Amino acid sequence: MRKGLFYGLLFTAPAIVGFLLFTLGPMIASLALSLTDYNVFKAQTAWVGLDNYIRLFGGEDELFYQSLGVTFYFVLLRVPAVIIISFAVALLLNMNVRGKSIFRTIIYLPSIVPAVASAMIWMWLLNPDLGLLNSALSAVGLPTSNWLYAENSVVPSVVLTTLWGIGGTVIIFLAGLSGIPKQYYEAIDVDGGGWYSKLRHITIPMVTPTIFFNTIMTIIGSFQVFNEAYILTEGGPNNRSLFYVFYLWRTGFRDTEMGYASALAWVLFVIILFFTYLTFRSSKSWVYYEGGGRS
Amino acid sequence: MRTSRPAMALGYVALLVVSALFLTPFVWLIRSSLMDLSQIFTMPPEWIPRPFQWGNFHKALTYLPFGAYFLNTSIIVIGTLVGTVLTSTIAAFGFSRIQWKGRDLVFAILLSSMMLPTAVTLIPSFLGWQMLGFYDTYYPLIVPAFFGGGMFNIFLLRQFYLTIPRDFDEAAVVDGAGYFTIYFKIILPLSRSAVIVVALFTFLGTWNDFMGPLIYLKSDQLFTLALGLQMFQGTYTAQWDLLMAASAAVVLPCVIVFLVGQRYFLEGITLTGLKG
Repeated sequence: MRKGLFYGLLFTAPAIVGFLLFTLGPMIASLALSLTDYNVFKAQTAWVGLDNYIRLFGGEDELFYQSLGVTFYFVLLRVPAVIIISFAVALLLNMNVRGKSIFRTIIYLPSIVPAVASAMIWMWLLNPDLGLLNSALSAVGLPTSNWLYAENSVVPSVVLTTLWGIGGTVIIFLAGLSGIPKQYYEAIDVDGGGWYSKLRHITIPMVTPTIFFNTIMTIIGSFQVFNEAYILTEGGPNNRSLFYVFYLWRTGFRDTEMGYASALAWVLFVIILFFTYLTFRSSKSWVYYEGGGRS
Repeated sequence: MRTSRPAMALGYVALLVVSALFLTPFVWLIRSSLMDLSQIFTMPPEWIPRPFQWGNFHKALTYLPFGAYFLNTSIIVIGTLVGTVLTSTIAAFGFSRIQWKGRDLVFAILLSSMMLPTAVTLIPSFLGWQMLGFYDTYYPLIVPAFFGGGMFNIFLLRQFYLTIPRDFDEAAVVDGAGYFTIYFKIILPLSRSAVIVVALFTFLGTWNDFMGPLIYLKSDQLFTLALGLQMFQGTYTAQWDLLMAASAAVVLPCVIVFLVGQRYFLEGITLTGLKG
């Protein structure tokens, strides 16, 4: 196999060129743009150095902090909810009950629903006057909510709508669970332990790599929430669901302040990088890799 | 996991409850799409349409040119599918079946782009396409697929290619086969199921994409189903019968594709999640 390098580069050329054209190039361009006052409707564009970043952090732009706060709140609620519920559902699916594959299909099905359609369905389910959720709550005598239309409940409501689409995460957990050797559980049977000690001492430690993978992916995804803000809430009420990427889109594409929006994009990038790094760092103390002990 | 009988029964009940919760929005969607407004608005909610308003679908789909949106979406989906399947399989081959210096480093760098938030590249990409005169065309939505088709797909295919025994290639080399022959005659046929996975994910991803068309398309006649549905919602607020009928019509193709290919979907997700 001579000329490996030539053929290697030939086969991977589309991907490499694509990376340069659609990822690395735009990344550098966006960093450069963030140092300008580029605006489609302005004749002149000037270098402004770090002015955009100063404007961001200096407190002049209240909406920046608002969107940051809203997004952190969303991530803080959503990541644990997605991980815990997906894991619990995967545990249920992992029991060898009859009809397992049907249950699996039902739980995965919502994740293929287009975001716009899903938003439409939830808008209607959560309708304060005529929606299913409120009529179910009032039927059993529980207090109803204004869901997407009240300042305090809008972010948790959006989290709720996204929980419908956890199917992919559940399936990855399920794959992790099915990789646990049966003998481990038999050892606990011999020791007379019950389901709780199995869960505590075998299942959870053995799926920590999967928990880790799912947590990283969920964090990255949650920071970038956009469709829900655009379709469901338009950032409201009173900017209480002004998610970061929605604010970025609004600044860059509606208000055409693309230099400033590029600075917003880079701040988001650094935030996501930081949290991914934190999760990686922390993983050393809680992720168990078979063969390598804790590594 | 072996579970005791009462625990199993309890788990079964829990599964039924969870499944019912996941299905409820679908049922709510379908029943609303087949009711007239007065029945939709009755309290407490009714579940069986009386009579079935099949006309909702006709009305919803003709108020806006959903036929054209369907066609538009199909054009983008087909273009993206061709580009993705063609170039992601070739790239994955280069990253797994050919030995070359620096291969794994290049792969790692490219893979890291999966962690990059799309927001970072959004504005320069938009400006670039606009400068080339391709704003309000399908090029920005289709052309990138011809450049590797996304790292997620390359990663998934590479994982699969790595499981194919090397002996196959070596035997072919002895017979005088080059890399292209190996790719076409051996790897591609053996990885049919992985290619189907990639095609299915690409179909759904493109069909469901909202932000891309939102940013790059301006003219109504170029709109996709996702954009059309969003516009429909803006125009016919509170017409829940028609909104739900239109939504159901947009969801239906996805459900069909999923149910037909579901074996591959579940395999595909497992492949990406496990062997990281």
